[in-house]
Order: sequence, then structure tokens, then C-alpha cells
Amino acid sequence: MNKRYGIEVMVGIFMMLGVLALFFLAMQVSNLNLNAATEGYRVTAHFSNVGSIKARSPVTMAGVRIGQVEAVQFDKASYEAIVTLRINAGIDTIPVDTFANIFTSGLLGEQYLALSAGGSPDYLRDGDEITNTQSALVLEEMIGQFLFKKAQEGG
Amino acid sequence: MVLMPLAKLGRSGLNTLQRIGRAHLLLIACLFGSSELLWRPRLFTAQLFNIGVLSLLIVGISGLFVGMVLGLQGYYVLAQFGAAQSLGVMVATSLVRELGPVVTALLVAGRAGSALTAEIGLMKATEQLASLEMMAVDPVRRILTPRLFGGIVAMPLLAALFSAVGVLGGYFVGVGLLGVDDGAFWSQMQAKVDFQEDVVNGMIKSLVFGVLVTWIALFQGYESAPTAEGVSRATTRSVVHAALVVLGVDFVLTALMFGE
Repeated sequence: MNKRYGIEVMVGIFMMLGVLALFFLAMQVSNLNLNAATEGYRVTAHFSNVGSIKARSPVTMAGVRIGQVEAVQFDKASYEAIVTLRINAGIDTIPVDTFANIFTSGLLGEQYLALSAGGSPDYLRDGDEITNTQSALVLEEMIGQFLFKKAQEGG
Repeated sequence: MVLMPLAKLGRSGLNTLQRIGRAHLLLIACLFGSSELLWRPRLFTAQLFNIGVLSLLIVGISGLFVGMVLGLQGYYVLAQFGAAQSLGVMVATSLVRELGPVVTALLVAGRAGSALTAEIGLMKATEQLASLEMMAVDPVRRILTPRLFGGIVAMPLLAALFSAVGVLGGYFVGVGLLGVDDGAFWSQMQAKVDFQEDVVNGMIKSLVFGVLVTWIALFQGYESAPTAEGVSRATTRSVVHAALVVLGVDFVLTALMFGE
């Protein structure tokens, strides 16, 4: 147990602490998920306006996160947006007539995709499409409509 | 004698360029001497101890307090917008991207860089470096190279520790003291902080800072005038130059990594 051995032990502890901190940052702080690409199943949904939904936006049901948006593409035939959702593997009892809404958390918060369950006995499978969708609320559009209505009433 | 001021200006310009050139030659000599570390890994371990382990306490405590202050200040601003649940995102992003690498580099420049400069300056003043050369031992390989690599390895590890401890500090203040929701704090953080974009870029930053801080410290020590005054000047210059270079390079790196 000479002095040099003690130094080496301390250096070993230091390096281990550093790597542990990096591991903590990777796993707990950031979204690194090594087997993310394979788990769960994919469904698509068409929206006439997706607002600020983008890849990795949360997909929730009853307020609980059950998956995330994998991709947002533009369909040049129908001029709509195709959103690909990845639902976690355990959540396999979502009815086919489920409704998909785009909501905002808080007034200034991020947008997320909320599913509200339908009543069908058939469940969504990998590759299916959610047909009941409601677009994102665009604040400027709503204000525009409101002003238009006010002007009509006044005139 | 109209040309005197011009000659002075030219001389100082040439001197500066020569210093920069010598600094680069020293860095190249250190890198070429890295094979020495394979034969004598203990030289490297000892320097990792000096730079890394001995800086652990100051880096850890600073990280904790920086994280706690970020928690307090961030909560104050975010609560005005009703977005206090995004506190975790704010604390983690600012720590991992900016404060972790930069503050750690400044702390290491003050804690370890100044010690390196003074040590090497005194070795030069007491002619230890010259005696090594007399014994056909290359002082660059034997003395400077292990210190350079010690700094390069220690800096990213210290920065990771700083950020991790800071996030925990922000958690204690935000969730423990101010009552932010526990689940929202972590889940929003995990949703918004990207491993590639934020954590890896932060680590690259601190690696670059590690090279810069130790390189400047070693060069200032190696070039110092072999007197008491010369060593004291070199130590001051080491810390001042390292801090300025770190802050300047941080701006360039941030613009390259996160700017559009």
C-alpha cells in the first residue's frame, strides 16, 4: 500500500465518477434510447394542418405519454400532412375509430398529439391509419375569424 | 527618426508571431512525444491525479451551486409565463451546452493551469529542465506530454461531473424547494435535451478547452523568464490568456454547433 498505489486508486475513482456523470447525462437528462427504433408499432394519420408538431413530439392518451411522433411528411397529392406515430409496444388496445387531436400544453407550451379512444372492438395494428383527425388550432386564424364575425355583426 | 515607432510596432508584431509559432512547435513536440505515455503510464496517472482528482472538489461544489442558482433564477422567469415545469429543460440545456464546459475550463485554468505554469516555470528557473537534458532525457516528453494529456482527459470528465451535479442542484431547488412537479421536471428534460445535439457537443467543447487550457499553461511555464518575477508573470498570463481564449473559442464553437 505505497503512495503511488493510493494515487492510482484515486485516479480510478475519478475516471469512474466522470464516466458515471456522462452516463447520467445520457440516460437521465437526455433522450438517448438505445432500442428506441425497434420497440412499439407505427400508425399514420392525415392532418390538414399540423401546427408545430415535429419528430419526437409526445403522443398522449388521457394525458399520459404513450408514444412519440416519428416523422411528419407532406402528401403532395392531397396537400395534407402525414404524421407517423410510434406507439409503445404495451399499448395495443387502441380502437380503430380513435380520434387524434393536436393540442397545446398551456398557452405558450409545446404542441402534442392527443388520442381519445373510440368505441370500436377492433384495435389499431402496425401500419394502420387513424382517420378521425382534427387539425391544430392556429391562433391567428381564430383571431381572424373572430374579428370577421365582429365586423359582420357591427355592419 | 520618423521610422522609430514603425520599427517598434514591427518588432512587437514579429515577436508575437514568433511566440505563437513557438507555442505550436511545442504542442507538436508534445503530441509526437505521446508514445512516452505507453512506456510510462504512471507519469500520466500522476498528472491525471494532479489535474483531475484535486480539481474534483471545487468543480463539484461550483456545479452544485451554479445548478441551484439556475433553478432559482429560471423559476422566477418561467413562472411569469406559467411555464415553471420547463425548469428542468432550462437548467439541463444551459448546463450541458454552455456552463458545464466553460465554467469547468475557467475553474481548471485557475486551479490546475496556474499550478502547471508555476511548476514548470520553477523547474526552468532552478535548471531542472536543463539537467534533464544533460542526462539525455527530453524534458518535453518527460515533463510536458504527460501534463498535456492529463489535462485533455481530465477536462471532459470534470465537465460531465459539473453538469450532472448541476442538474441535481437544480432539481433540489426546483422540485424540493419551489415545488415544481417531479415528473414534469424530468420528462420535459428528457424530451427536449438531445444526446447528440446537446450532450455530445458539450463534451466536444470541453475536450477543445482541455487542450487549450493545458497547452497555454505549459507554454507560459516553458517560456517564462527564469526568475521569481518571470514565474509570477507567467502564472498570471497563463490564467488570463486561458480565460480569454476559452471564452472566445466558446463563441466560435457555439456558432458552429448550434447556429444556423
